[in-house]
Amino acid sequence: MESDYIVIGYGQLALAALLILVNVALSAALQLGLGKSLLIAALRMVVQLLLIGFVLEWLFTQDNALIILAIALVMTAIAGVSAVNRTQRRFAGIYWHSLLSVLTASALVTGFAMVGIIRVQPWYDPQYLIPLLGMVLGNTLNGISLGLDRFVEGLVVQRDQVETLLALGATRWEAAHAQVRNAIRVGMIPTINSMMVMGLVSLPGMMTGQILAGADPIDAVRYQIVILFMIAAGAALGIFGVVLLAYRRLLSPDHQLRLDYLEKANP
Amino acid sequence: MHISTAPSQSLLAVENLGRQLGDRWLWRGVSFDLFSGDCLGLVAPSGAGKTLLMRNLVLLDPIQQGAVKFAGKNPSEWGVSAYRSRVMYVPQRAVSIENAARNALEGTVQDNLMQVFELGVYRQRQFDPHIIQTWLGQLGRGAEFLNLQGARLSGGEAQILALLRALQLNPQVLLLDEPTASLDAATTTRVEALLLDWLRHPHRACLMTSHDAEQIHRFTQRQLNLGEFV
Repeated sequence: MESDYIVIGYGQLALAALLILVNVALSAALQLGLGKSLLIAALRMVVQLLLIGFVLEWLFTQDNALIILAIALVMTAIAGVSAVNRTQRRFAGIYWHSLLSVLTASALVTGFAMVGIIRVQPWYDPQYLIPLLGMVLGNTLNGISLGLDRFVEGLVVQRDQVETLLALGATRWEAAHAQVRNAIRVGMIPTINSMMVMGLVSLPGMMTGQILAGADPIDAVRYQIVILFMIAAGAALGIFGVVLLAYRRLLSPDHQLRLDYLEKANP
Repeated sequence: MHISTAPSQSLLAVENLGRQLGDRWLWRGVSFDLFSGDCLGLVAPSGAGKTLLMRNLVLLDPIQQGAVKFAGKNPSEWGVSAYRSRVMYVPQRAVSIENAARNALEGTVQDNLMQVFELGVYRQRQFDPHIIQTWLGQLGRGAEFLNLQGARLSGGEAQILALLRALQLNPQVLLLDEPTASLDAATTTRVEALLLDWLRHPHRACLMTSHDAEQIHRFTQRQLNLGEFV
């Protein structure tokens, strides 16, 4: 593949690493005590990214659909688990709920994009599949943890209202649908906000990357628009799925609010 | 609407109910019947699980042991919502529900009373302003009570709202958890009179808790001491 961008060598990488000294100097001057964690974070970032670079380089030479799907599945699983790790309260099955929602949402959206929109040949071409999936997962994960957290907290805070409605003869849906709606709305807010200011406040990373790599800006923009629609749809599906699954768990078929299933996450 | 029951048949039958917290039985082997016209006082020291018993009777908490039946059928035969529309629990902490039912801005007492009829179980029925006016009169409140903001009611006003909200749905068994705890003495007397009036209709019964032993003896015909079922 011919490239018309400047390749960054390891020497130049070392030069860039000097920039971390700005943070270290600031931390030392103001006695923030961040020096150690800054260095560890910087080191982790470099090692993780270099490793993933090698993994991707190896992955892009694969043309076995099973291997690629396995990697995609691992990415999805990590996203599903991380989404739960950011919530305050847990209940039995919450990890499965999150995994199922992330998997369904990202598979549908990414699949549709690969086969229906971009029409990649073969459909599992890792050069497209992995980065697209990664972007959808990252945003779905955020939406799911926000929506899940809001739903559960909403039930805890509004417990008296929900149970008063139940006692008056409301079904579980009549008693809790306001919480379901509110949670989905809150989960969607970051996605909507980011679309609002896209291009004005933020230049998305993928588009910037493509432009740096020499792509025509208009082409890069078109890719970015596709990605943003994928992200919005993925987040919406994921949030909807996870909130409905949590609803079915925390409001029993006997129309009971089962807050006794909840336990605080370990700090 | 009314279920025809033979005079000897109980409205609410509680059989061998038990409640466990962790390994400890809070109470067990609780059995009693509520007959038409009955008013049973539920007494026990605080923390003995009076509220938990009431929550169990309407299945807000799952029943761990025993059974409860209304007019000879258990709640799943009725359907839980239909059962709760007949055996109605009025919690001690009365809350305004208008914000939960729909995402509207704050609603008034009247909104609170009306919106209950949007629930599926009451779809065939309608809000009756006249009966509410009559009851408010009996409680010494004017029609302006209906225009108060639901979320800003005092504890006592919220209890009146909760009671009216339940009564207008025409339940057959009322489970009243400290129904007058936040009310002044004069209003308490009026609430008791209203409830006695309500109980005079056939096929109605109530179960009541109160921290006020005098009220229990004044208002209820017999008492059930939960402390005896440990």
